[in-house]
Amino acid sequence: MTTPAIAADTRPWRDADAPPFISIRNITKKFGDATAVDDVSLDIYRGELFCLLGGSGCGKSTLLRMLAGFETPTKGQILIDGQDMATVSADKRPTNMMFQSYALFPHMSVERNVAYGLLREGMSKAEARARALEMLQMVNLEAFARRKPHQLSGGQRQRVALARALVKKPKLLLLDEPLGALDKKLREKTQFELIRIQESLGVTFIVVTHDQDEAMTLATRIGVMSDGVIQQVGEPREIYETPTSRFVADFIGSVNMFEGTVGPAAPDLMRVETADLGAVAVPPVSGLTQGQTVYLALRPERITLTRSAPEGRNDVVRGLVLDMGYVGHLSTYRVRLENGRMITVTQSNRLRDEDPISWDEHIYASWNPAAVRVLTQ
Amino acid sequence: MSAPDAVPSASHAPLYRRLFLIAVVALALALRFDLLTLEAQTAGTLTLILWTTALALIALEASDALGISRRWLVIALPMLWLFVFFLVPFLVLGRISIAESMIARPPYSPLWERGSDGSLEIIASLDNYRFLLSDALYRNAYLSSFRVAAISTIFALLIGYPLAYYIARAPEPRRSILLLLVILPFWTSFLLRVYAWIGFLRRDGVINNILTWAGVIDEPLVMMQTDLAVYIGIVYTYLPFMILPLYANLVKLDGALLEAAGDLGASPMVTFLTITLPLSLPGIVAGSMLVFIPAIGEYVIPALLGGPDTLMIGRVLWDEFFASRDWPVASAVAIVMLVLVVLPIMWLQSVQNREVPK
Repeated sequence: MTTPAIAADTRPWRDADAPPFISIRNITKKFGDATAVDDVSLDIYRGELFCLLGGSGCGKSTLLRMLAGFETPTKGQILIDGQDMATVSADKRPTNMMFQSYALFPHMSVERNVAYGLLREGMSKAEARARALEMLQMVNLEAFARRKPHQLSGGQRQRVALARALVKKPKLLLLDEPLGALDKKLREKTQFELIRIQESLGVTFIVVTHDQDEAMTLATRIGVMSDGVIQQVGEPREIYETPTSRFVADFIGSVNMFEGTVGPAAPDLMRVETADLGAVAVPPVSGLTQGQTVYLALRPERITLTRSAPEGRNDVVRGLVLDMGYVGHLSTYRVRLENGRMITVTQSNRLRDEDPISWDEHIYASWNPAAVRVLTQ
Repeated sequence: MSAPDAVPSASHAPLYRRLFLIAVVALALALRFDLLTLEAQTAGTLTLILWTTALALIALEASDALGISRRWLVIALPMLWLFVFFLVPFLVLGRISIAESMIARPPYSPLWERGSDGSLEIIASLDNYRFLLSDALYRNAYLSSFRVAAISTIFALLIGYPLAYYIARAPEPRRSILLLLVILPFWTSFLLRVYAWIGFLRRDGVINNILTWAGVIDEPLVMMQTDLAVYIGIVYTYLPFMILPLYANLVKLDGALLEAAGDLGASPMVTFLTITLPLSLPGIVAGSMLVFIPAIGEYVIPALLGGPDTLMIGRVLWDEFFASRDWPVASAVAIVMLVLVVLPIMWLQSVQNREVPK
């Protein structure tokens, strides 16, 4: 193998020859006439923490449920560790699931909830109990082993559900909105807890979430889904910096989108004619023809606002600050350009005593050509 | 905060109410002393309505005057109902059960008597209860009633549970239709439905005819006037009372719990035994109670379908009252019966209450 071993270990998806651990091949799922998942193919590698990200009804949960064996694909094939799952029922699969509602058994103590899966394997009661307590220790809940689920807080229940799903050491753990029911602070704390547990156990995780911050924080890679189709798969940075479609650019973070046509070809800098910004220099993109309609995506934080015209910058437009929101670490501006188009700009507040641009100021908005992402679809 | 302006006339309300109360009472008295000419039946109905209204108004007055929240009025009516139609008859029964039987009207001794020297003599004894204990007939009747009720409850549970489960898991439009089918028999008289079973079970009934025609049997089966017929009748009649509470319980069961059990390696059978069954226990208890309690005192079904040797406490009770005309013994039979049924229920209630609510 020519690629360095370490790279193959940490990011196997970058290696074309690496064998996938989970192979989803042309999976389609229809409920009556409605298509929930439409011809999805996806490879996931051992030890990954893969996030399926999308709005409600995009098919992400259905895909997860097909992996768990709760739904049967209408078409296509699922391989886990090389084994076809078509004839394997949910109770025989090497997967475990953490449910969005946690689905803790209300009539059993925390300890019995966690031991439940082990007892089904035929493990002795004493051993199952010991293993369950070990698992509860890992999620810092050993003191609550005798409690019933309704006597726990939401965060504690979430950890019981995680312990119960992990105790059988599944090859693949499926998590359906694992942090959805927690409040913001707890969610942020738990995200890193989840990563710590995932890394220490080496179990492959597939997480379904509608929360992009959660996906960005947790994931090794993200699959952005909409309308039953995976729009883009990539590392969080890739998804954010180089979205391949207007949908993904708009879905992840916020973005200013401008429609334009490709100008005459130039060797190292292309120009796109737009109604809102005039002629915009963009990094060269192959495969574009002159006169083609393209979309320019410009992230709010890549735009700089100044009171005077910035020197040495060609990509400048003038505008009026209509609105500003002070968030603390940054401020969000709504700027009206001279032709009436509204754009969003964020500026980070690095200095305590600077004189920030405020309402009704006439400003210059500028950006670096490299910050512009050209999209064709 | 300003006072709520939704009740600006609150201070006037009692005045109107008092005038209304006076009018109602006046009208009722006018009817009572035939000051108005009305048909007897109309007058009777009207009088009832007027006195009820007057009573309600007086209750309102009283609650305001005493400064008691009006909320208790809401439960006052059902409490009154229970008092008049349950507790009072129970006390009457209890009082008769400690009397002596005698040929008189009513056929039992008074509670007290003036002695020849003018002293007050209370006539009360537990002889009737001692008699119940001494005579094997009653013990056997109780035991046999318990047995019939218990076996019927078990069969109702065995038949009702799968049905309730199926209905609870059915998709919506079908579920409503199935529930309707469960309730449908109530639209026909209970007595008619029991009679219909005679048509099925008797010697030349539907079942025997079909089996003979199909060549399964040569001689008609004897089903009428047997315990089997009683079981069939009771299970059939009380099955909806088993299904409905079970359904109400099972329909709330979170499907994710069953999926979670399956995901953790439980086969459908194990999932049922470890998750569904324990979680539906309250429904099982409620349904079993609703079948067991009426079944134990059942009179009509054993009388119509059972044979002469089907001994149940309901029949003994009837015989004591109407054949022997021994009201005190009959009352004692009823009281013992009530205690035997109520005590286990109270125990069960306390057990359920002790469990921490979800």
